[in-house]
Amino acid sequence: MNVLTEAESAALLLSLKVSLWGVGVSLPLGILVAALLARCEFWGKTLVNGLLHLPLVLPPVVTGYFLLILLGRHGPIGAWLHDAFGITLAFRWTGAAVASAVMGFPLLVRAVRLSVEAVDPRLEQAARTLGAGMVWTFLTVTLPLSIPGILAGFFLSFGRSLGEFGATITFVSNIPHETQTLPLAIYTFTQVPGGDAAALRLAMISVALSLVALLASDLLARRATRAITGL
Amino acid sequence: MTLEIDVRHNQGAFTLAADFAASGPVTALWGPSGAGKTTIANIVAGLIRPDRGRVALDGEVLVDRARGVFVAPNRRRIGYVFQDGRLFPHLTVRQNLLYGRTLTPRAQRFVVLDDVVGLLDLGPHLGRRPGLLSGGEKQRAAIGRALLSSPRLLLMDEPLASLDAGRREDILPYVERLRDEVGVPIVYISHVWEEVERLASTVVRLDRGIVIGVDRISRAHCAARG
Repeated sequence: MNVLTEAESAALLLSLKVSLWGVGVSLPLGILVAALLARCEFWGKTLVNGLLHLPLVLPPVVTGYFLLILLGRHGPIGAWLHDAFGITLAFRWTGAAVASAVMGFPLLVRAVRLSVEAVDPRLEQAARTLGAGMVWTFLTVTLPLSIPGILAGFFLSFGRSLGEFGATITFVSNIPHETQTLPLAIYTFTQVPGGDAAALRLAMISVALSLVALLASDLLARRATRAITGL
Repeated sequence: MTLEIDVRHNQGAFTLAADFAASGPVTALWGPSGAGKTTIANIVAGLIRPDRGRVALDGEVLVDRARGVFVAPNRRRIGYVFQDGRLFPHLTVRQNLLYGRTLTPRAQRFVVLDDVVGLLDLGPHLGRRPGLLSGGEKQRAAIGRALLSSPRLLLMDEPLASLDAGRREDILPYVERLRDEVGVPIVYISHVWEEVERLASTVVRLDRGIVIGVDRISRAHCAARG
């Protein structure tokens, strides 16, 4: 990567690391939540659904601020994580991953939920009559048939993570090599004299990455659909 | 096999009030569409929880609303062949066939894959996905899949309804072989009298959610027909 300076490539690699971890870790939880919303009726479902979509409509700075209050060193969850597991999120790249996961979560859940809802419940009934419990039915019928939506959700929230700015800078600040992801680096370069070229280079990389993520999502989802039905 | 049903169930404007007992080898539920045949099958399979009443199979209570008993569908060991097949599209025919078998405790398995494949002529299709099968092949695979879960009772809900007339004639002999060679009691749902007459020993006649009669079809009659 001799086109990029050391600081630029550090931001790029950090962005990829933060996004992959954020989305990767939130994926199982996202699938679980999507399945519950798609297939179960429970008290407070509307509220859960609303809370889930909040990061989509709130100013990202507000989301970041709440993360800081809750997960900061002195926040109720942050202090517990630190004392019980020695995990610190504030001002660390792990915190950036949490921020990007939270911001991408609504998109992830939405895509998976749509896909789960599209699975014919009569197939699940058939599995039940063949001796499969609810969990096994979900794992062997619903989940495999939802793979296109899961892939779409993964890439969508991955793309969203790459672009995450407001929540990240509020929660974990803008520390080079630790929390300075691509958008933060771009912002920083625009604030210093002579940083225009670097900002432009990183901006182009951002565009390319986002495009690749979207194209990969589309391609893989179509491939998966074909692989699933064998047609 | 004895299946005892005494249930009440409301579904929108439709009310089912069914009370009858069925015993093998083949009991037909016969009546026009809207008579409540599929609702009964779904209640027996555990896919619908009736509002009131009781269902018992060979003395084992599957549903008793008054006592709060409800056995989950996956614990009933009742095979179900649906009108619309419902093969798993992401699995091959072979994987579909074995889906229920792998979930059946070893000691309870009495149906063997090779026998079912032979009985239903599924050999050439084992490696294929359901999407590539004809209607008749799909239905044969669905029958095989239900059978391989080694059920105590096989529910067949209009298994021929989705097929055209010529194909029905192709499938009927397989159902007869199932009855005569496998020995699993069958509850066969149909609105076509010819199928009922050909396959069943007992007919439960239904209309608008009510049992209007239970008749035995005489063996002599069956024999004369056969």
